[in-house]
Amino acid sequence: MFVRLVYESFRRQKRRKLLAGAAITLGVTVATAMIAVATDIGDKINRELRTIGANLLVTPQEDSLDVEIGGVNLKPPSDGAFLDEADLPKIKGTFWHNNITGFAPMLPVNVKLEHDGQPPDVTLLGTYFAKQLSFGKDNFTTGVRTTHPWWRVAGAWPEDNSRDVLLGEKLAVRLGEKSGGELSFSGKHFHVSGILSTGGAEDEQIVAPLAVAQEILGKPGAVRRIYVSALTKPEDALARRDPKSLSGPIYDRWYCSPYPQSIAYQLQEAIPHSHAEQIRQVAQNEGTVLTRIEGLIFLITLAALLASALAVSAAMATAIFERRSEVGLMKALGASKLAVASVFFAEATLLALIGGLAGFAAGGLLARQIGRSIFDSQIGIQPVLLPVVLVVAVLVTFAGSAAAIRRAVQLDPVFALRGDL
Amino acid sequence: MSRRDMSGPVVGSARSDPARDLAASRSQARHTSMLLRMLVRAAILRRGRATSALFAVVVAAAVATAMLTLFVDVQAKLQREFRNYGANIILTSRDGASLPADTLLRVESTLAGRGLVAPFAMVVARTGDGQPIVVAGTDFDRVRQLDRWWSVDSWPSAPQQALIGVRARLAISPGTAAAAATAKKQPFALSFQGHVIHLRSAGTVQTGAAEDSRIYLSLPDFVAWTGVQPSTIEVAANGSAGEVGAVMNQLAQAIPAADVHPVRQIMEGEARVLGKTRATLLAAAVLIILTAALCVLSTLMGWVFDRRRDFAIMKALGASQRLLNGFFAAEAAALGATGAVIGFVVGIGIAAWIGRANFHAPVVPRFSVLPVVVAVSIAVTLVSAILPISLLRRLQPAVILRGE
Repeated sequence: MFVRLVYESFRRQKRRKLLAGAAITLGVTVATAMIAVATDIGDKINRELRTIGANLLVTPQEDSLDVEIGGVNLKPPSDGAFLDEADLPKIKGTFWHNNITGFAPMLPVNVKLEHDGQPPDVTLLGTYFAKQLSFGKDNFTTGVRTTHPWWRVAGAWPEDNSRDVLLGEKLAVRLGEKSGGELSFSGKHFHVSGILSTGGAEDEQIVAPLAVAQEILGKPGAVRRIYVSALTKPEDALARRDPKSLSGPIYDRWYCSPYPQSIAYQLQEAIPHSHAEQIRQVAQNEGTVLTRIEGLIFLITLAALLASALAVSAAMATAIFERRSEVGLMKALGASKLAVASVFFAEATLLALIGGLAGFAAGGLLARQIGRSIFDSQIGIQPVLLPVVLVVAVLVTFAGSAAAIRRAVQLDPVFALRGDL
Repeated sequence: MSRRDMSGPVVGSARSDPARDLAASRSQARHTSMLLRMLVRAAILRRGRATSALFAVVVAAAVATAMLTLFVDVQAKLQREFRNYGANIILTSRDGASLPADTLLRVESTLAGRGLVAPFAMVVARTGDGQPIVVAGTDFDRVRQLDRWWSVDSWPSAPQQALIGVRARLAISPGTAAAAATAKKQPFALSFQGHVIHLRSAGTVQTGAAEDSRIYLSLPDFVAWTGVQPSTIEVAANGSAGEVGAVMNQLAQAIPAADVHPVRQIMEGEARVLGKTRATLLAAAVLIILTAALCVLSTLMGWVFDRRRDFAIMKALGASQRLLNGFFAAEAAALGATGAVIGFVVGIGIAAWIGRANFHAPVVPRFSVLPVVVAVSIAVTLVSAILPISLLRRLQPAVILRGE
């Protein structure tokens, strides 16, 4: 009898059930999409913040002091210590390798340009542009095009295994050179594949593949420093502690959190004789920006959840209020309050489950759409969330119906049937 | 409307006033007062339903106000956070010479309080044992505000005090790193083109970048020692990309001797993050406002449906369809307007709370949002009142009154 009541109610009142179901579906859709966006926003904004450049710098441990003003290095290029290029792929072997979006080695050398009547001393910067590397079974591409995304090239980027070079914008103006021209220094000719504009010191420099700089310096495999771009977690009290003073589980927690400090520590372990440090201007500030945006989206997700819970409650309350005469009839025929309430709750549960399922699917699609149109990448939804969302949908539907059901069962059947009040 | 009119009889309730008085007051009453009376009474008699409808409108308007205010405000808030990244404009002298002496003043007057400025002068000096080292002169008070990420243990406060980069420590006090750490506050000497300056270390600076290999002095000490004026001025201009661009143009015109260029990675990163955050916020705002509107729609439709008996009685008493539409529309509009105004106040409160909790700064109430919220609220309430009315219109009053 109970099952038949519920079944018939769905069969005969299609329009009303559809309305209430639509409200639940919409509420769950919005809630699911916002939860998906909120859980993923940190990662997405973190990737956007990588536009500002590398946040970690690896230098040789026993390096002599840098003497650099305005991007011009006054230290003799062969002075000081170097890192080994062969150690670079090991960066992808660290614990947090998935958080490292890219790295670029740098080797500045001084060259004398063979150019009539122009400043002969110019810095040539050797680096990776988009180099194919592999570590174990991992293949990846890295270089300045990932770590320094604000660099613009008019012309073509050189190949990493070529002998093509990029010419800094200001230097090109002074030399009167254009993309496609020829430069000669260190007794060899080089093809200029493009003009580089960075807004920084590189505008006065020549940028070449790393191998070219190593050849000019006469030190194969030498790297002066490595810029590493990593997705990090905002610093907290634990992050600032000295790893040497930590022990046991606290050390493990420090080591296994993607703090700038712990990633730097792991880079130091991976590359022999190196010193890794966060670039505070980038690393410190992205923590604050990230915290602010995450906090904002979290609060807004709360607002969205509240709004959808209210919408579901309102729809349910209206749906039940309209069925007072039915309640009156059931009670007049001798149904107990419990029996009447359980019919309504069963209907509400059924509606919530159907609406929750449909809403979860629609919310997943909506989140994907938001991810694709705003961030050009996927915002996935964890399947683990499905039971949680369903339970919440049922609870909210119950809560929304409870007051209306209570009022309906307390009604005197006589008044309810007469349609009064 | 007089007090008497207010207490006059209402459809469906019986009063025991003398019939003469009643007839007199009815003949004197204007048409509009009847409408008003019905509106007020409808709200008072069905307090529960009216309150829940009003509550729905208030919640929707509050959420909409909070979202719109935040959407307008978040750009300014995040731009402020991004200014912690330091300079977004750099002025350098052409060809490595010094900038004219009045440049700093001119930059400040051009900026007129819309940002922070810090001058830098640099030379390569030699330490006691002849090692080259970069020494910079700057204004510590300004740098402290502009470059907040500098990790400094104690800032120089007196003349002849220097701030030592963590890597430069070894150069001024030879020996091991441990010795360098204990050698803090030790006097040391630097020489530049035969001039020697005796300094004391006030503290160390750590940034993870080029600053770590330098020694910083106060600008007066630096100029007195080397005679070199600042060659770089870093500017952190406030505002949107357009405003920063305008500041750059003004600076380029005011100081023709300098090369003005943007710090591109900061500007581009800021623009990207701001754009994406605002887009996400907009998507969220649209979703939330739609949901809230739906909540209003379903509550109000239920309320109006509920009153189909009033509707039928009025119709049976000879009210025209236009009058009925007008009555329900006026009721919905009044509800929408009241709800919107209360919701606006609540929404401003929510936005202010979010501003304080998340950005540690108050969110300014935007009164430009109010007309939008009121208009949208009234539109939604009108739709939710007219929709059931147009459905009921096709029914005969007798059918409704019989309760079918």
